[in-house]
Amino acid sequence: MSTQPLDGAQALIKTLDDLGIEYMFGYSGGAAIPIFDALETIKTKLKFVLVRHEQGAVHMADGYARATGKPAAVLVTSGPGAGNTVTGLMTAMMDSVPMIVISGQTVTWMLGKDAFQEADIFGITIPVVKHNYLVKDTNSLPRIAREAYHIATTGRPGPVLIDVPKDVSGAAFTGDLNPPFNLPGYDPSGDFKIDRSAIEEAATLISQAKRPVILAGQGAMIARADKELRYLAETLHAPVTSTLLGKGVFPETHALSLGMLGMHGTAYANKAMIECDLLINVGSRFDDRIIGNPSKFCATAKIIHIDIDPAEMNKMIKPDICIVGDAKAALAALNEHINPLPTADWLSKLDGYKKKYPLTYKKQGGLRMQQVIDELYELTKGEAIVSTDVGQHQMWAAQFYKNSESFHWLSSGGAGTMGFGFPAAIGAQLAHPKKTVISISGDGGFQMTLFELATAQIHKLPIKIVVLNNHYLGMVRQWQELFFENRESGVDLIGNPDFCKLAAAYGIPSVHIKRPADVTRMLEKALAYNDGPILIHAECVKTDNVFPMIPAGAALEDMITEAPKQKMAKPIGST
Amino acid sequence: MNSIITTETPATAAPIRRGALHTLSILVNNEPGVLMRICQVFSRRGFNIDSLVVSEGRNANFSRMTIGISGNPDGLDQIIKQVSKLIDVIHCFEHTSDDSVTKELIMIKIACAEAERSQALHITAHFDGKTVDLTPSSMIVMITGDSPKIDAAVTMFSQFQIIETVRTGKVVMARGEQPT
Repeated sequence: MSTQPLDGAQALIKTLDDLGIEYMFGYSGGAAIPIFDALETIKTKLKFVLVRHEQGAVHMADGYARATGKPAAVLVTSGPGAGNTVTGLMTAMMDSVPMIVISGQTVTWMLGKDAFQEADIFGITIPVVKHNYLVKDTNSLPRIAREAYHIATTGRPGPVLIDVPKDVSGAAFTGDLNPPFNLPGYDPSGDFKIDRSAIEEAATLISQAKRPVILAGQGAMIARADKELRYLAETLHAPVTSTLLGKGVFPETHALSLGMLGMHGTAYANKAMIECDLLINVGSRFDDRIIGNPSKFCATAKIIHIDIDPAEMNKMIKPDICIVGDAKAALAALNEHINPLPTADWLSKLDGYKKKYPLTYKKQGGLRMQQVIDELYELTKGEAIVSTDVGQHQMWAAQFYKNSESFHWLSSGGAGTMGFGFPAAIGAQLAHPKKTVISISGDGGFQMTLFELATAQIHKLPIKIVVLNNHYLGMVRQWQELFFENRESGVDLIGNPDFCKLAAAYGIPSVHIKRPADVTRMLEKALAYNDGPILIHAECVKTDNVFPMIPAGAALEDMITEAPKQKMAKPIGST
Repeated sequence: MNSIITTETPATAAPIRRGALHTLSILVNNEPGVLMRICQVFSRRGFNIDSLVVSEGRNANFSRMTIGISGNPDGLDQIIKQVSKLIDVIHCFEHTSDDSVTKELIMIKIACAEAERSQALHITAHFDGKTVDLTPSSMIVMITGDSPKIDAAVTMFSQFQIIETVRTGKVVMARGEQPT
């Protein structure tokens, strides 16, 4: 095994190794062969995982990052290989997930000439990455890789793509493996210099509040502001609600927790938003599924917004006080100025809402997804890392699987990417081999990336792969039922395979749950199996609906907590 | 049959008022693809780029873009922030006539027989313009100034047959010592 002289690909792999990248997920192809070859010719701690589709690779890197806070790398070939990463890049970009995607590219002298497997992936991915590169100079590869890592992991994190032409990766490297880099337009060090006057104004506003609510978003988790957030809530005696991606940064089992808010959040969280006189938003971007109609959102409240991204200020909601910066640094500064608030009446009122509008589900009439998730929560004591796909099961998992730790909830929020959950669980399980990792999917999303069963099986990853099968694209069907006079169009997943036989084809054992009475026993059996992946196929009732629900674009006041008796107007929000 | 194909405003009609609502000055890394990144920010948010001037800066590592745009003013703050977020953008400022000097350049090609030439030259002199091409039947005049001056010049030259005009976008520079 020789290490000198290096070619560009070897210099790139050495740099990634030096940066501490632990895993690289990928799929080979002609234009990327020199880089794949470098994995064999360079001594590296980098562990490569061969996937079955490039989308799976990007979601695995995403799951690894969400479960650790650290980036992984992805390596794919040019053209279709690179194109297949776009959905995963968009998913990571929308949810501020760091990763480095390396794509092979045709040789530089063929660029723009429609060469075999050529795609302008630089141009294609501009809207879905934090930054990207088309490398023209072999000796610049280490600098670009270091810049990419710096950009991906600092400030508001995000994915970075590096497109490497085959002649660039294959040429002799004569440069510096650890060169300095200079990004004059990018200086995230300012994210920790919090505006003290804004902090003091915020503290004054807080001192006047009688009905405060804290909204915890993923920004608080990324900043690792768990302790500061908890100190803020417990000192103020203020209730805390979280976004879908913020689940766990404040313990959902805490007496002050209101659970998730928004379209399918708890009724008591949404009622708290309607009635509060102060909202402290820590690291959430006021997604439209949270605010509904922006003109009616928190109409009677003063709003303090803490976010690392200045472009999020005034984007959806116009706060009274904007604090731009790292959530941990901002809360640490704010916590120096706060005193307990007289919130006993307010908390008492919210407790009344908790009793009046509990999260619940029917125990009769067939197996319900909520029951499976609820029992998974009980059996794992809420300590598992849970990934989900997108749809009804995702919302029920968010409601019934309470998270008490950061980085334990992996779900595609902004992009709403079906097919995300299972490969994300693979990334998370590789990152945490000894933790229980549960992938919860619907039958629709699972079929979008189920080919990664092979990847899970090869690496003997003890993932509990839960497929909640209602033979429907359930969330769309729910909308069609409620808003389109029950006209079911394009939602009946007739032709689903026998998921247990499918697992068996990959050599993966399975359990099959059909009746509510079997859930506990079957889940116990699956949770006890740790020799590799196990699939849990739960056949659930076909036409259950997720409640509470706020129709897209409607005000929080328009929340419905059960199936409406009368016909509903079509929602004005897009999703 | 007239062999001159013109898409210019007829002499009898009022000239099209370009006047961008906002002028942004952006300093960027002199790298391929930077303009594409910036245009994507504008187009995604429904802003039309009315004028665009890009050239290398005094330091060849950077380029200067002056962009005239029109669109919902409520979205401008978001545009500036999103452009500023791009890794290749050093800074992005909006400039108004109060804090900056703005100039444009126009070249106007008119059909102009010898009998009309004196009048055309008189108008050119009035606008501090220059004749940069002259034939027995045509001339090209170059004029610099702010947008109202350019508009006024076009109006005056409309008494001739305007064959075509080519107009740069605005270039802007902050007054005083502050950077543009």
